[in-house]
Parts: sequence; C-alpha cells; structure tokens
Amino acid sequence: MKKLINSPDTVVTDALAGLAAAHPSLAVDIENKVITRAGGPTAGKVGLVSGGGAGHEPLHGGFVGFGMLDAACPGEVFTSPVPDQMLVATKAVSSGAGVLHVVKNYTGDVLNFQMAAELAADEGIEVAPVLVNDDIAVQDSLYTAGRRGTGATVFVEKIAGALAERAAPLSEVAAVAAEVNERSRSFGVALTSCTVPAAGKPTFELGEQEIELGIGIHGEPGRRRGPLATAREITSAALDAIHADMPLSGDLLVMVNGMGGTPLIELYIVYNEVHRYLSGKGARITRNLVGNYITSLEMQGFSVTVCALTDTLTDLWDAAVDTPALRWGR
Amino acid sequence: MDAGFFRAWVTEIAAVVQTQRDHLTQLDAAIGDADHGINLSRGFGAVEAALAQAGTPTPGSVLILTGATLISKVGGASGPLYGTAFRQAGKALGDGPEVDLPALAGALEAALSGVQKLGAANEGEKTMVDALAPATSALSRAVAAGASPAEAFSALAAAADAGAQATISMQALKGRASYLGPRSVGHEDPGAASTALILHALRDVALRQAR
Repeated sequence: MKKLINSPDTVVTDALAGLAAAHPSLAVDIENKVITRAGGPTAGKVGLVSGGGAGHEPLHGGFVGFGMLDAACPGEVFTSPVPDQMLVATKAVSSGAGVLHVVKNYTGDVLNFQMAAELAADEGIEVAPVLVNDDIAVQDSLYTAGRRGTGATVFVEKIAGALAERAAPLSEVAAVAAEVNERSRSFGVALTSCTVPAAGKPTFELGEQEIELGIGIHGEPGRRRGPLATAREITSAALDAIHADMPLSGDLLVMVNGMGGTPLIELYIVYNEVHRYLSGKGARITRNLVGNYITSLEMQGFSVTVCALTDTLTDLWDAAVDTPALRWGR
Repeated sequence: MDAGFFRAWVTEIAAVVQTQRDHLTQLDAAIGDADHGINLSRGFGAVEAALAQAGTPTPGSVLILTGATLISKVGGASGPLYGTAFRQAGKALGDGPEVDLPALAGALEAALSGVQKLGAANEGEKTMVDALAPATSALSRAVAAGASPAEAFSALAAAADAGAQATISMQALKGRASYLGPRSVGHEDPGAASTALILHALRDVALRQAR
C-alpha cells in the first residue's frame, strides 16, 4: 500500500504540524497532541472536548472552532488518546463553566475519558460526558461492548457546540448532546479495507465483488459480508436497517459520509438514493451534509447518519459555525 | 525477588512484544483494528525509558511506574487495562525491598481484580481475563500446595497459554471484537495472547534467575 508519509511513526505529529500551519485559527500543541482554538477559552462558556484515534479526519481537529469544539485530542491512528492528553485539553478549555467530553462508545475511548474525568475532578473542573453510540449495525449491548459512536458524533459536536456558544450551562449542553445522540442512527458500508500506516497491510481483505456491511470507522470488519450491488440496493439495505431501529419520518438531518477513499460523485449518487428512499417513507430531509466528515483512512465506502430533528435542534444546527471542516453563517 | 527481578521482567516483556509485534497486530486485524502489537510495543518501549530515568528501589515501585507509564502512553483499551493491572499489582506488593511467591500471587490477583473492575469483563467473554484469570488461580494453587518456584511459574505460564488458546472457540462479548458477533469465533483474542506472552516472560525471567 502506497502512502504519502515520511515515516509510520510520525504520521500523527506530521499531520498536526500541517494542520497548525494551514489554520492559524487553531493552536496546536504537537507534543501533547492537543488542538484548541487559538483565542483560548471563552469566559463563561462550557468547554467542549472531543477525542479519539487519528485516521478519521477531519474528525475531530477539523471541528475545533467557533460554534463547535473547543479542543480535540487525537490518539495514534485508530487508537484512543491517553488520559494525560485529555486532561491537558480539559484544563486548556476550562473557564469555570464546566467541560463536556464527547466520547464515542469504544472500550478504549470510554476507559481513557473516564480516567481523564477523574483527574480533572481532582483539579476542581466539573466534567460531564456524553456517550455517542449511534451505529445500529451493532445489535445488542448484552452481547457486545455496545453500539459504536460514528457519524452522529459530528451532529453532537455541532449542535452541543452551538448551544454552548449561547452560554447555556453544562447540564443543558450535556442534555442536548445526549438528545442528538438518542435521535440519531448510522449504518456504514465498505467496498475496501484500509491500511494502518504502522501495520503496513490492509486490516481485512475484500474480493473484487464483495462488500462489508455494518462497518465501524476503524477498518474493522463488519457484521456480514455481501456481494457488490448497485448504489440503490446498498443504500436501501443501510436505510432498511436504520428504519427497522428508528422509524424514519418527519424532518430529518441526513449525512452521507465518505470513508476517505470514495469519490464525491459516488457520494452524490448515494445521496440521491437516500433522498428517494426517504421520500418514499414520507420523511423530509430538511438539512444535509454530503462529503468526508468521519473517515477511515483511505477506505472506500460510505456511512449514512440520520437525525430526527426538532425545531430547537434545527435552529442549533443552523447557528453559525467556523471550523476548518464545517463553516457557515458567519 | 527484588526490584532488579521486576525490572528484568519488564525488559523481557519489552523484548517479547517487540518480537511478537506483527503477530499480535495480525491477531487484532482479524477481529479488531490491527494495532495491538504496535501499541504494546510502543508502550513497553516507553516503560523501559521511564525505568531507565526514575529510581525504582522496590518491586512495588517498578510495577507502579510501569502501570502509570502504560496509562500515559498507550491509549486504546490496552493502555488503561494493562496500566491498571501493573499498578494494582505494584500497590499490592507494598513497600518492601523483596517479595516472596505468595506476595506475587496476591499481586496477580489484585491485577486481575483491577482489570475486571475497569473493563467489566468476566471469564468466557474472549478478553485478556481469559488468560489472566486461570493463570492467577494456577499460581495461587501451586503456592498453596507448596510447589517450588520453578513449578509454580511453569503452572502460571501453562495456564495462561491454555486460557489464550481457549479464546479461539469463544464468541467475543466485550471489546471491539464483540462487534463481529459470531464472526469473532475461530480467532485467538489478541489481549489474551499478549497476557500469555507477558506471563511467559515472568516465568522465563524466574527460571533464568533460579539457575
């Protein structure tokens, strides 16, 4: 697998240096691997910290900025960050109003954020966590580590970030974050695997005519393998799975997300199928995103995330945002 | 067993996870996200660097520094879980300059209990607990039966191996492999495999020093 890197050992730090050079609106602490807003914490505002393995760009560093995150801490590729990083980030964004930790439901992320929250509490910082677990391909937490956090993370960070910008207290910011998660569902499909730079070979092999259904965002295999089909058939399978879990009706926010190696032209083909499918159910897509927002290195494939909107959530979604990867209204 | 013994154990672990780095990563690629060997190799490399810099006069202090460094440097699930295991073992060993076999058996029980509390995993769920739990009981049983150190450490390593092998037929109920459901059956759990390597390293160091 060919990759544009200098060395497998410096992938994350080299990319952070590039992020810092490209975006003067960000302050990047390369040694601790923490990205914050260049202006520092806003007085009286709840701080939003997110983090997770690298390899999902633009998540999370690309979502640091006005109206969204205050800090992000990337771990190694597909490996959750460590508590020390999260503590540095939490202290950097703390202005006394408390800090929200946006945690995707993976064992490593949960354990490390839990330890970081304890360390922050020892230093007198109030931390509330929100656990994102929108991926319906994982069926039942009785038999698994529970549903994974995937596309809804982008919605949670945007909407909770907007409410925090309006100086809402930590309890309300945490509540809206949890509400967005509860109202969101995702399903992912891979056409190819991806290669962790330090591993040097693809995580799994897929034949020319095979796809992997129900993938997460770490190049891990999904729930089942199936034959390659048309965009319409694959999209229907993904949305059937979501519809069976949360009936699709009313006003919806929909994201068709590329996994890193999918051409935009194909994502628009998928979006068209999503639109057709949802119209058939009598639902209305009132807001949408089409593009690469939460990726899996160079994997080919897509995920679709649906959030059942309320007027309040729509208003917060529409609020101004100014980050490297999401920007409008300002 | 003094602080030097435990430093030798950690050095042995660092060497073994480096040698087995790709094997562990391949096990993880089959049912996880292909980073276990990479992360442990990076983590124990950092532990060696930390031990070279700090004074660790007692067995307990060696294991506590090992655990704290793993928590600070590794990330993922293995960082907090192995970090907690070593920290709890170190705390259980106390402040003495030497520890005996019963104390070490008690420390491994403390490690197991710390891992189970943090990760909420029980035996049979295809995790590191499936190697650590039988190995810990095997050591405690050997100690209670008055076995020699050589016999006791061999029982520990053999039970860890058998435990890791037994994960092949299990369906994962915890950790990232659980997302695969029934597809996780037929693969050795990478965490159980690395636990077996770590306990093998303990046996090897003990047998070498007994000579």
